[in-house]
Amino acid sequence: MLQLVLTLIIYLILVIPVGRYLYHIAAGKHTFADPVFDRVDGAIYKLGGVDPHKGMNWKQYAMALIGTNAVMIAIGYIILRIQSLPLLNPNGIDGMEPTLAFNTIISFMTNTNLQHYSGESGLSYLSQMLVIIFMMFVSAASGYAACVAFIRGLAGKTKDNVGNFFADLVRITTRVLLPFSLVGGLLLVWQGVPQNFSENVVVQTLEGTYQVLAMGPVAALEIIKHLGTNGGGFFGANSTTPMENPTILSNLIELYSMMLLPGACVITFGKMVGDGRLQHQKSKTPENALPAHQEGITARLFGKEGRSIFLAMGILFLVGLSLCYWAELQGNPTLAEIGLNQSAGSMEGKEVRFGIAQSALFTTVTTSFTTGTVNNMHDTLTPLGGMVPLLHMMLNCVFGGKGVGLMNMILYAILAVFICGLMVGRTPEYLGKKIEGREMKLTALAIIIHPLLILAFSALAVATAAGQAGITNPGFHGLSQVLYEYASSAANNGSGFEGLADNTYFWNITTGIVMFLGRYLPIVIQLAIAGSLMKKNYVNESAGTLRTSTVSFAVILVFVVYIFAALTFFPALALGPIAEHLTLWG
Amino acid sequence: MNETTNKNAFFHGLRQSLVVTLVLLLLCGFVFPVLLSGISTVIFPSQANGSLVYADGQAVGAENIGQDFTEPYFMKGRPSAYNYNTYYEDDQGNQYYNDGSEFAGLSSGSNNYAPSNPALTERVEVDIEAFLEANPDVKREDIPADLMTASGSGLDPHISPESARIQIPALAAASGLSEDKLEQIVADNTEGKLFGIFGEETVNVLGVNLDIAKAMGLVGDASK
Repeated sequence: MLQLVLTLIIYLILVIPVGRYLYHIAAGKHTFADPVFDRVDGAIYKLGGVDPHKGMNWKQYAMALIGTNAVMIAIGYIILRIQSLPLLNPNGIDGMEPTLAFNTIISFMTNTNLQHYSGESGLSYLSQMLVIIFMMFVSAASGYAACVAFIRGLAGKTKDNVGNFFADLVRITTRVLLPFSLVGGLLLVWQGVPQNFSENVVVQTLEGTYQVLAMGPVAALEIIKHLGTNGGGFFGANSTTPMENPTILSNLIELYSMMLLPGACVITFGKMVGDGRLQHQKSKTPENALPAHQEGITARLFGKEGRSIFLAMGILFLVGLSLCYWAELQGNPTLAEIGLNQSAGSMEGKEVRFGIAQSALFTTVTTSFTTGTVNNMHDTLTPLGGMVPLLHMMLNCVFGGKGVGLMNMILYAILAVFICGLMVGRTPEYLGKKIEGREMKLTALAIIIHPLLILAFSALAVATAAGQAGITNPGFHGLSQVLYEYASSAANNGSGFEGLADNTYFWNITTGIVMFLGRYLPIVIQLAIAGSLMKKNYVNESAGTLRTSTVSFAVILVFVVYIFAALTFFPALALGPIAEHLTLWG
Repeated sequence: MNETTNKNAFFHGLRQSLVVTLVLLLLCGFVFPVLLSGISTVIFPSQANGSLVYADGQAVGAENIGQDFTEPYFMKGRPSAYNYNTYYEDDQGNQYYNDGSEFAGLSSGSNNYAPSNPALTERVEVDIEAFLEANPDVKREDIPADLMTASGSGLDPHISPESARIQIPALAAASGLSEDKLEQIVADNTEGKLFGIFGEETVNVLGVNLDIAKAMGLVGDASK
């Protein structure tokens, strides 16, 4: 318990400077490292003919994002298909089968990292580097770029310029992801994560048998896997393996790597929106504008609007974490029945070095921040403990992956002001802009896509023989496996109830489609919302305006998220994890 | 806007996408991992190459990776779906796990049994019976849960201190070492929580068994 509290307190301390740095990068402000990075970026811009100061409207921005991702998908797909070439392939791995390569490339481009292959037998070192590690950088950078463009739209400094996609993509990669990865990667090697290009080692054991030990450029993949909230492991069993995650310290490094940037995005949002409002207020009524130094400390650190969003996400996160931790501590009643002491909690699928507390924390973090890395096997979690990661992927707004979680949460915020507006009979406003028919239609559409993808495809899977063939656990848990797979795909999370036998045409193709739609549809719609909001004029705050920077708004937001989730997902959850819980404990 | 400017804009966009992609491919997918390898090999050579453990100059395992042990004088780790990638070869070169089933090649993971899966209870039941037979002094309810449950990776190098302690009487009988000596060995291979707060107390099974082998004179010199 103490270690959980301390881990989270340290996070709150770390996220503030990172948020500040990210804000400076996003807003194009000066940072201490500019002299170096300006040159690197300048060279890349020159080579590609990019004019970083040439703004784009939301449509151009979305097109640039999708077009560039398409190019990346094409190159990555080719590499996966021809990876059997003897180039950085000391273990003699074969080329990848087409539907699996399709699934894999979509999975990594969309920041999902669902893996229907096992890294130790399915990928050459060349693919691990040029496809997996590369995609981990650029899919994270793409998500972040979309988020920054979205925030620029909401901050509304101009009428249609949301920034330059290529400049955003390059800046986040060179100034945040690469330097952070280099430092973090070295820390991981120090803790014992391998980083080499040697073939796997076979040793003779003390008993005269043999053991094969995995090698490879593991640390390089491991650090960006978490920093970019990607989640796909070098090995089949991901961060449970002692090669990827050997010590409690490496576990904490990986934990913070995946938590820092999504949290920092919220701070970036708070500060940039604050800037936009301030600029507007100054131009209108300079004498009434509240100077920044008179605001409270949290408002200054997180930005006023960022603070309430962060608080709402924090509440959702803590509720989930508490449930997961409690459920895992209860142990497994069927094992207690056959006389195995369960006082240590449910240890099946967990590593001794992490225990219940750090496993529950990692599970909740990886699905809240939609990374998808695991330090224990989610399929073996207790029913309620396993429902938490499932639910957080269904919510998809509890911090969320790089940038995307924030964008989803803003949709819920728009929904919340709309509902509150209906109750008091006023036109809803958010961030000083009127929310009208067009925005509400788009918001409703974006919010409905996620449950539609999850539930419709789950229905398809359980209704067809090809889908059912993947289920490996009997009873209610089988449905949980299916729901989990599609929730993970739609939320671009990538963790799995790994028992699912998912390397088949059916699962490769359907989850590939879900990942693709789950990624690009919301991004385009969200950019459209931002594009529509930024054209509007600011409305002046009046006594009847619902203030969205307050604690009470954060609480309203939490309720809106839970109510919406209950309305859409409760029947499915009742048939899966809840029913399993009742049978175990009944 | 006429057609040519449209076309030009398209090709300009394509060029930007293509070049930026290729530059980032080189930078993130090649320069970064190679650079990290280079620096790691210089400052952390042992870790970068897998933290191998040596006995009499021969690599016998890795510090962080568990192994499957069968000898009665060696401490046992947790069950593993892949037997810790430990295998033996027969005369024809066929490879088998210690339990006689066919070696699947380098793998990691667990059986992924749901808590409600009867296969889980069955596996645990079998393991408990076998353990009680090998450790006749131990009472069923004293067996810690971690020793009878599989880890997520199938490669967990650790067991809890309680799981180590209950194996000592049987290990003493089989190895001829005193219980005091074995307790000392376990203590030497026990690692506490980080700063006394984070993580759990762990015992490294391979470390224990290396020390047992050394004390029994099976190996001369071991470096961990």
